[in-house]
Amino acid sequence: MKAYLMHPAKNFDADQDLPGHEATLRKDLELDVLLKIMADDDDFVLDIARRVLLLCFTNDIETIRYRHDVLWDSLKHPDVVRQMYTLTVEAIEGRKRCYWSFSSDQPSSILHGSVEVLQLFVSVLQKMRVVADACIGQFGSRGLGNIFAMLRAEFSDDYLSGVQAHLKELKFRHGVLLSAQLGSGNEGTHFMLRRPKDRSHGLLKRVFGSPSPSYTFRLHERDMAGAQAVGQMRNRGINRVANALAQSMDHIMAFFQMLRTELAFYVGCLNLESRLEALGRPVTLPDVSDAGIGPRHFSDLYDPCLALSLGRDIVGNTLNTDKKHAVIITGANQGGKSSFLRSVGIAQLMMQSGMFVAAGTYAGALCNALYTHYKREEDATMKHGKLDEELGRLSDIAKEIAPDAMVLFNESFASTNEMEGAEIARQITTALLDRRIVVYFVTHLYTFAHGLMECGREDALFLRAERLDDGTRTFRLVEGAPLETSYGHDLYQEVFGKRAGT
Amino acid sequence: MNDATTLDAAPFVSILFAGQDADTVGETSQMPECFHDLNLDQIVTAITTGKEDYRLAPFFYATARSLDEVAYRQEVMQDLERHELMAAIGVFASSMKALRDQLTQREKLHYRYERERWLIGAISLYGAAVERLVQDLHRERPRSRGLCAWMGYLTQYVRSDGFAQRLSAARSLIDALSAIRYGLHINGRAITVRACEGEVDASEAIEKTFAKFSQGVSKTYLAHFSRGPGLDHIDAQILERVALLQPEVFLELETFGQENEQFQDETVNRFDREIQFYVAYLNHIDRFRARYLPFCYPRLSDTDKEVASLESFDLALANRLIRDNARVICNDFSLSDVERLLVVSGPNQGGKTTFARMFGQMHWLAALGCAVPGKEANLFFFDRLLTHFEKEEDISNLRGKLKDDLVRIHHILDQATDRSIVIINEIFASTTLDDAMFLGKKIMSRLSQLDVIGVCVTFLTDLASYGDMTVSMTSTLDPKDPTIRTFKVERRLADGLAYALAIAEKYRVTYDWLVRRIGI
Repeated sequence: MKAYLMHPAKNFDADQDLPGHEATLRKDLELDVLLKIMADDDDFVLDIARRVLLLCFTNDIETIRYRHDVLWDSLKHPDVVRQMYTLTVEAIEGRKRCYWSFSSDQPSSILHGSVEVLQLFVSVLQKMRVVADACIGQFGSRGLGNIFAMLRAEFSDDYLSGVQAHLKELKFRHGVLLSAQLGSGNEGTHFMLRRPKDRSHGLLKRVFGSPSPSYTFRLHERDMAGAQAVGQMRNRGINRVANALAQSMDHIMAFFQMLRTELAFYVGCLNLESRLEALGRPVTLPDVSDAGIGPRHFSDLYDPCLALSLGRDIVGNTLNTDKKHAVIITGANQGGKSSFLRSVGIAQLMMQSGMFVAAGTYAGALCNALYTHYKREEDATMKHGKLDEELGRLSDIAKEIAPDAMVLFNESFASTNEMEGAEIARQITTALLDRRIVVYFVTHLYTFAHGLMECGREDALFLRAERLDDGTRTFRLVEGAPLETSYGHDLYQEVFGKRAGT
Repeated sequence: MNDATTLDAAPFVSILFAGQDADTVGETSQMPECFHDLNLDQIVTAITTGKEDYRLAPFFYATARSLDEVAYRQEVMQDLERHELMAAIGVFASSMKALRDQLTQREKLHYRYERERWLIGAISLYGAAVERLVQDLHRERPRSRGLCAWMGYLTQYVRSDGFAQRLSAARSLIDALSAIRYGLHINGRAITVRACEGEVDASEAIEKTFAKFSQGVSKTYLAHFSRGPGLDHIDAQILERVALLQPEVFLELETFGQENEQFQDETVNRFDREIQFYVAYLNHIDRFRARYLPFCYPRLSDTDKEVASLESFDLALANRLIRDNARVICNDFSLSDVERLLVVSGPNQGGKTTFARMFGQMHWLAALGCAVPGKEANLFFFDRLLTHFEKEEDISNLRGKLKDDLVRIHHILDQATDRSIVIINEIFASTTLDDAMFLGKKIMSRLSQLDVIGVCVTFLTDLASYGDMTVSMTSTLDPKDPTIRTFKVERRLADGLAYALAIAEKYRVTYDWLVRRIGI
């Protein structure tokens, strides 16, 4: 039984290793804020959303479009998707509540627990089937459409009631019938549960009505050791059946878990979308193209993490970066540079995950990996100097990176003097560009930014945090040549008050 | 024909002791005095660990009684170096061990049908083990006198009426009992035993119902039932009723059991234990061979005192080193013409004591009939191996200790004959140099008179050049870095200065260095 919502022909593999720099990405892009909103207190959704976002670089355009279709269906019928998800949770939690049956390796306990859990599973399957019956023809996506068709085909009332009957039989109302042999010490061995041949005559009649001789004895009321020995024999007899049943339970459990995994991402998207909508911020299904080619432009692109943590509407950016591989951002502190850099990184992840993007409109190209290189606090262990540490991190990136990747720099190489820092930044940036890697670089290194501009590279775009003549910051980025000051003066005044500045 | 000749040969008694008096050899559980000094105690422990049931240590406490017996054992051990023969003995030994375990367990059982079933199981196991060994031996054709005689003995034993008939009867009873199938209905406290009527297996139906969910390999929920041996009263009650369903088989079982309680042969049991002497030793030395450390079968003489060995090592130390993944250093020695004593001096911790132990160990192991560490060895078949090693006891009472040393040395010299080996390690270390020199020379003179061979480890470099009978050997240092010990002990005149000069070189305080460094 297959249910594919994440890929056209396979399940989402939640066990894959995340990229080595996963923690760095999460921190630099403040992804945890986004994930927390997607999760809405469901740790499972959180975990899946995290994995989907950080494993997004292997998705091709077909996968992304496949997800768009499912997401579109989900946005149209949020209740159905949430209900299906809740049903998978009901089944999984039901299995967890019976953990004690499986904490011992007593077949009687395992059998009892399996029958109980399977009865619950059958009832959940039945409810899912009813949901499926109710929405024939309403889902356009292949992913959800196939799941509902599968539920209807596999779980007919006949099948489900047959399973129920079978489970009832395994409660052994009339005792158990075993076969056995003699072992190497004449002890009983190879105990095996048998189904009575002819059930119409009833088990008891079968046992006692048989023509061959039979010999019966009874355990004494107070014979505890004897009762235990008989219990053990019974356990040996039902061992295989208990195993088969518990394995079936595991298989159905795996089905629910798989379904939950496939649905969790969309539940996360629904949660996020409803929160952003409440803030009055737009989302859009992006126009995706392959790496290197195609347009890269957007309107009203904003940082959803900032919007969500501020809990209000924030300013977005509208830019055309078609054919630009380097975007160098300079300008006022607290002018929205870092927020813009984050919005670029997050939009890239969301787009490649098959999500909507936090923007009014968005057209983007895939990259095969995203790295961040942000200024760090001083290394607490004192083992490395700061520039050492920065270059070490860059070297780690260089070990993995390949053409068609994207790197976001935020105030890198400011730990040395301007001349040296600029030269390092220049060498690194031009090397990356020549290796077809997209670079976004927020920097105060005027020498670096200005120098790059002087080169007259056509693939470089220069942005500035907008500052109006009266000193007001709009938090918007505009095209413009780097300026030599970063308006620290403004900030100083703002913090220390006017008098201090005079 | 080979089999016929072996059958005609002298009757087999023991795989360890050659000759007709093998029956009379007693065993000692007393560890020889030299064992502790030579670390032979550690070696024997390492060899016999895991084989405690065989009580092998006594075999290592007494050397072979004659050169012929040494040869008898060397032949057997060389036979067992062949993997196929060793494997055959291994199979036999594990069956015999299983048999002993079963018989011990059986002592604790008390239900009649159960005890009888265990007996036929044991007879069948024993029979199969013996039959298999006979087959394996005939196929592998041992060359040693010992194993050839044993093969002859065993061949006759297997053909004897008692053995063959008993085994076949036990086997057919086992087949008959294993073929029995019965049905068991458990309903609350009522248990019914009856014939089996071919009802279908219930787990197949389950698997079919849930097949659509199947996802290949899955976790097993199968419980593992470990039951101690022996029936409980429920098993016994069921068994009594199964016997009612199958009366003929159980009657036959009862009759057979009463007639066959004793079924083992003494000589087979003795072989099973004694052969482990070889197995244990060969297993032990495998770990050294795996590190390319050589072993050889030494030539032994009880007259020729020209002993020599190439690339030998201390077996006890090597065992520790291998465990720590450290390198094992090999050493050579030789005594020729009138040379009798190896006098070892040189830097501390340089392998002197190890060298002395190696010399002693090799002689003892050789006298047991074992392969010894080394590429090649000529060794002396001694009457006594006498050792005196510095004891690490309280040295506050110097006078008391010196006296103690002298008493012990005296005791050794008293026992020594011209066929003895003496190993002395650092005596008189706790007295004055003059005293030590004086006493040392006295003892050298006594040893010389006795014409014993041996090793003397000493800090008294003068003793090394005592006379023609002494060979000077010194522990050595790495010439490139004198602080590194090589653990090589080599034939070299002891000058007492090599070490000090090397250290001075390293610190550039030699004469040459000092004149150059201080300059003009």
